[in-house]
Amino acid sequence: MSVAQIIRSYTLWEFLKAHWLTLQYFFKPKATINYPYEKNPVSPRFRGEHALRRYANGEERCIACKLCEAVCPALAITIEAEPREDGSRRTTRYDIDMTKCIYCGLCQEACPVDAIVEGPNFEFSTETREELIYQKDKLLANGDRWERVIAANLAADAPYR
Amino acid sequence: MTSWFTGFLPYGWAWFIATIIDILVIALPLMLAVAMIIYADRKIWAAMALRRGPNVVGPFGLMQSFADGLKVFLQETIIPSSANKVLFLLAPIITFTVALIVWAVVPFQAGVALSNINVGLLYVLAASSLGVYGVILAGWSSNSKYPFYSAIRAAAQMVSYEVSIGFVLISVVMWSGTFNLGGIVEGQKGYYGFLNGHGFNPLLFPMWVVFLISSMAETQRAPFDLAEAESELVAGYQTEYSSMAFALFWLGEYAKVILMCTLNATLFWGGYLPPIDWAPLYMVPGILWLFAKILFFFFVFSWVRATVPRYRYDQLMRLGWKIFLPLSLFFVFLVSGFLMWTRVGVPA
Repeated sequence: MSVAQIIRSYTLWEFLKAHWLTLQYFFKPKATINYPYEKNPVSPRFRGEHALRRYANGEERCIACKLCEAVCPALAITIEAEPREDGSRRTTRYDIDMTKCIYCGLCQEACPVDAIVEGPNFEFSTETREELIYQKDKLLANGDRWERVIAANLAADAPYR
Repeated sequence: MTSWFTGFLPYGWAWFIATIIDILVIALPLMLAVAMIIYADRKIWAAMALRRGPNVVGPFGLMQSFADGLKVFLQETIIPSSANKVLFLLAPIITFTVALIVWAVVPFQAGVALSNINVGLLYVLAASSLGVYGVILAGWSSNSKYPFYSAIRAAAQMVSYEVSIGFVLISVVMWSGTFNLGGIVEGQKGYYGFLNGHGFNPLLFPMWVVFLISSMAETQRAPFDLAEAESELVAGYQTEYSSMAFALFWLGEYAKVILMCTLNATLFWGGYLPPIDWAPLYMVPGILWLFAKILFFFFVFSWVRATVPRYRYDQLMRLGWKIFLPLSLFFVFLVSGFLMWTRVGVPA
């Protein structure tokens, strides 16, 4: 060790420099947000909780083509369909197992009528596993609840699709 | 207080009750201080990492430690079936008790200490050395490999750094001429006519640096937290502990940290004396000066923990045995030589 090195290590010079740096950081504004009260902005392409949308007249969009079921890589979607009384083809069952879903977004890309979409909601934790197996009514309710945001997001993202 | 009780009680009982009350007067605020200091530690560490730290429970998260305490208190104490039950439960009690008993000799104000014994510093050394038993017993009685590694590490670490702490204390004792903590504090009055504290003495200042670093090693705090080393040893000797047994380790550890801050303040920076020897500053009660100094040193402890990464084990041993031991020995020699040269014939 050279003399300069010995002096540096015995005066703890590098430690003092490091502590000066952390002291500066101590007074800096925080990098983290105050989560439940503050939230980061979410991209229009954000893939969160699923929703089944309706047309403006209240008719559900889904036509039971089962493209989403076919494309789903996690096999999370289960659909059963039958003709309705008026003869139109509708689902009688539309289940998504949210514990299987990998949030890849292929279902919403496969959908020809923009019925199944992944909305901006990411706060849907539950206390039981069963609650995460979504049925059709839950998905439609999500669609009703998030329709305005989802429609705005789809419109914002439309030019890039 | 004993005299007040002797009004209607025999002396033995009066002394007993008065001492119990004295102990509670120290121990209960200490526990409160530990709770707040855990919170402060987390806040300081968070701020240096640009995080917020606990801020939900109570105003500014001040009640966080109490919430944690309540949670821990309501949990079940799990004792591993292969553990030695007696020692397993004894270990946290030893750690906690040892961290508390040292406070008996700390002077909070001129002449105010639970027991003003004339070998106070020896008592501090002896009692804090016992702390290693809690760690060793916890590691061994858990009957699990990581706690055992941790116990071996902790034992070697604490023993190594106690050696250099011992020499540091010897140089302070030589300078002060007394083992009594109150006497040591009083001996720090009036450096250069206006400063209070051995830390201002160029011969003792390097010893304070050694003591500060060694006291971090002694309390197993980062950068010397090799006994916990969560990246290698899960949680070290505390791995198998849960509930109140864990909380006792936790409280004991922080009580010991505060104690080490107090010793830093008492031995080197004037304890309950104001930092500057100026009459109006003596109007402030000594305990507030001591408290301010403890808080400052605790900030330094947290600061170091937030800054320096953990040492490797061989680096830790090298620092203890190859640097601190020769350095402190050399300063013992230097201080005693200086005293022989300047104070010939003056009885200590």
